[in-house]
Amino acid sequence: MKRIIIYSLFFFASQFSFAKKDSCFECHNDLEDKLKKPVEMMKTDIHYQFGISCSDCHGGDPLIFDERAMDKKYGFIGVPDKKGIVQLCSRCHSNPEYIRKFNPGIRVDQLELYKTSKHGILLEKGDRKVAVCSDCHSSHGILPSIDSRSTIFPQRVPETCGKCHKDKEYMKEYGIPTDQLEGFSASVHGEALRKGELSAPACNDCHGNHGSVPPGIENIAYVCRQCHSSPAELFLKSPHKPAFDEMEISECEACHGNHRIEKPSDEMLNPQKGICLSCHERNSKGFSISEKMYSEINNLKSRIKEAELILNKVYKMGVEVSEAFLILQDAKSSLTNSRNLVHSLDIKRIEEVINEGLKNAEKAYKEGKKGEREAITRRKGFAFSLIFFVLLILSLFFRLRLRRREEI
Amino acid sequence: MERLRDSIYKWLGERIPLKELIDFISKKGVPIHSYSYWYFFGGICLFLYITQVITGILLLLYYKPTMESAYESVHFIVAHVPFGWLIRSIHSWSANLLIGAIFIHMFSTYFLKAYRPPRELTWLTGVLLLFIFLTFGFSGYLLPWNELAFFATKVGTEIAGALPIIGKPLKIFLRGGEEVSGATLTRFFGLHVAILPGITFIILGIHLLLIQIHGMSVPIGMKEGELKKEPFFPDFALKDFMVWLGIIIILLFLSVFFPWPLGDKADPFAPAPAGIKPEWYFTFMFLTLKLIPQKVIFIEGEVLGVLVFFFAAIFWMFVPFLDIWSAREKRSKLFTWIGIVSLVYIVSMTILTYILPGK
Repeated sequence: MKRIIIYSLFFFASQFSFAKKDSCFECHNDLEDKLKKPVEMMKTDIHYQFGISCSDCHGGDPLIFDERAMDKKYGFIGVPDKKGIVQLCSRCHSNPEYIRKFNPGIRVDQLELYKTSKHGILLEKGDRKVAVCSDCHSSHGILPSIDSRSTIFPQRVPETCGKCHKDKEYMKEYGIPTDQLEGFSASVHGEALRKGELSAPACNDCHGNHGSVPPGIENIAYVCRQCHSSPAELFLKSPHKPAFDEMEISECEACHGNHRIEKPSDEMLNPQKGICLSCHERNSKGFSISEKMYSEINNLKSRIKEAELILNKVYKMGVEVSEAFLILQDAKSSLTNSRNLVHSLDIKRIEEVINEGLKNAEKAYKEGKKGEREAITRRKGFAFSLIFFVLLILSLFFRLRLRRREEI
Repeated sequence: MERLRDSIYKWLGERIPLKELIDFISKKGVPIHSYSYWYFFGGICLFLYITQVITGILLLLYYKPTMESAYESVHFIVAHVPFGWLIRSIHSWSANLLIGAIFIHMFSTYFLKAYRPPRELTWLTGVLLLFIFLTFGFSGYLLPWNELAFFATKVGTEIAGALPIIGKPLKIFLRGGEEVSGATLTRFFGLHVAILPGITFIILGIHLLLIQIHGMSVPIGMKEGELKKEPFFPDFALKDFMVWLGIIIILLFLSVFFPWPLGDKADPFAPAPAGIKPEWYFTFMFLTLKLIPQKVIFIEGEVLGVLVFFFAAIFWMFVPFLDIWSAREKRSKLFTWIGIVSLVYIVSMTILTYILPGK
């Protein structure tokens, strides 16, 4: 909110800057195609709204209204090369005193982080294909990250990174896969992001923003733990942790994958086709634990479903079963808890939680059955009273008719 | 047995005019004509009111009128008290049927011009009873302290607050403060179980007494003396009783197959759920206020709407004094059309509330 207010204030303040005469704008506005485009894009650019204009990056004298404005003696640099872009942006963005005038909350360590990233390292080595500031943030028409049109708005980040990373030809010489965007789009994170869940991770949430490096075996789990702290904690205490370390297997990724992370399901434990089979042989201790976890979780799941079915039926029949629904909710919590506890491999603890869940599911089911009996009794009661009242009405009707006849 | 009956009769007869009462009842006749069936609606209203009183008293045994426990106490009634679900459902359903029956009774009286002299006061007390029962409905709706009721009360009292001059103090008086709160619940409870029943007792008493004094009205054009009459007791009373039994069947059917829902507990800090509506009998006014433009000439749309309904109600109450033609045993086309337009307006606006998207 604070950022929005600051941006809005500067936007209105910057309207005065439009009034200033600027030869870059005036001349390029009369040109065509790519020479005119920056002028149009700049109108929405966050920098322009803060009063920063073309000459602040490209040099030159915006007060001279002919070609002399682009004379090198006025510091005109034209289109900077890739390395030049980084230096150009960092001139302001690494200067806390300067940047704080516009936004006191903005970070100034982008350049330092960038230098540590794979992009930054390769750029330093002379690779001019790697991403620099303008590749992700765009060059003209840069928008704040909270603007949904921005190339770095959470929902648009995958597309921005994918611009290079999904291009097989472009990425050929780096020898890394190019299916990340496709995988991410199909993942649970990608789906959540598409649906508008902006807290769902996009590429930068795991890989970092400016200091982007491919995560190593150790740090991918650190990344996942940022959000999934509970399963991570359980995993760290589980027998899998030392085994994975010894085998140099990445932690979360080994079972859940990396970019194409599917919504976890109980089928991951399925002894016929589950993920455990990729490491554990059949009849091994580890395999039998997975088998047990799978069957117990499924058992609880089916009991919950059974109870839910009857409770919904009874609810529709008009019997008050909200308390039973609360009990069922406890059973569901046990199911969620047991699924999480799978990361601990502690079968005793899992069984304890599942038994608690089964007890509640059973209780809810019994309440449902009780409610069903109650609903049937009510209907029977209505049928009996209907017969009684109809007979009473008929007897009154005949009594009245008889009286009439007697009168006649 | 007979001796015991006689001695009771004698004992009572010495203390109250029992003989006169029996004579009156046995001589009382109900005119028979093609519109006689409309007479039953008065009896239906009375029966539903009695049902309200009985079930209301039973609900009082468990209901707790505080913000913290109102919802829980109603939940307890429907979930744990034997037949509590039935009593609560009958109370809610009969309240709604009662309002419906009052409307039918009122419009049948209106179109048959039964309000003409000497029955002006019967009409006046009847219209007052309609307003009283609408207030009963409005106050009772909040008592379970559920989400829908809470926000409907908020909207309803807000509308009352739109009245010029008295609006704001009236709203604060109704709510017991600036907002709908525990104080509102206590006020509405007091109104529902003490003030309104007291007033109803008096007005209904006068209404029934006037009916006994004047007897049943016959439609214009029919001469009371020329019409055949059936004895009120036991013939018409038996028929009334049969209709009441039918009402009991309807009430039981609705309560068993469509028990009145309790909903979620009201949370004053939660945002209002979408599509909040008052009870169906207020929806024609509610929709009118929603459709009226924000400003009509120089008056606020809502204020204008409230004022129009206020004056329409005053007009409706004094119809017997305004319809001078009916006093001369003549049918007034103007008043018949006023009735038709009012009825069509109420029915169509009520239906529209439920079919118009977002209303």
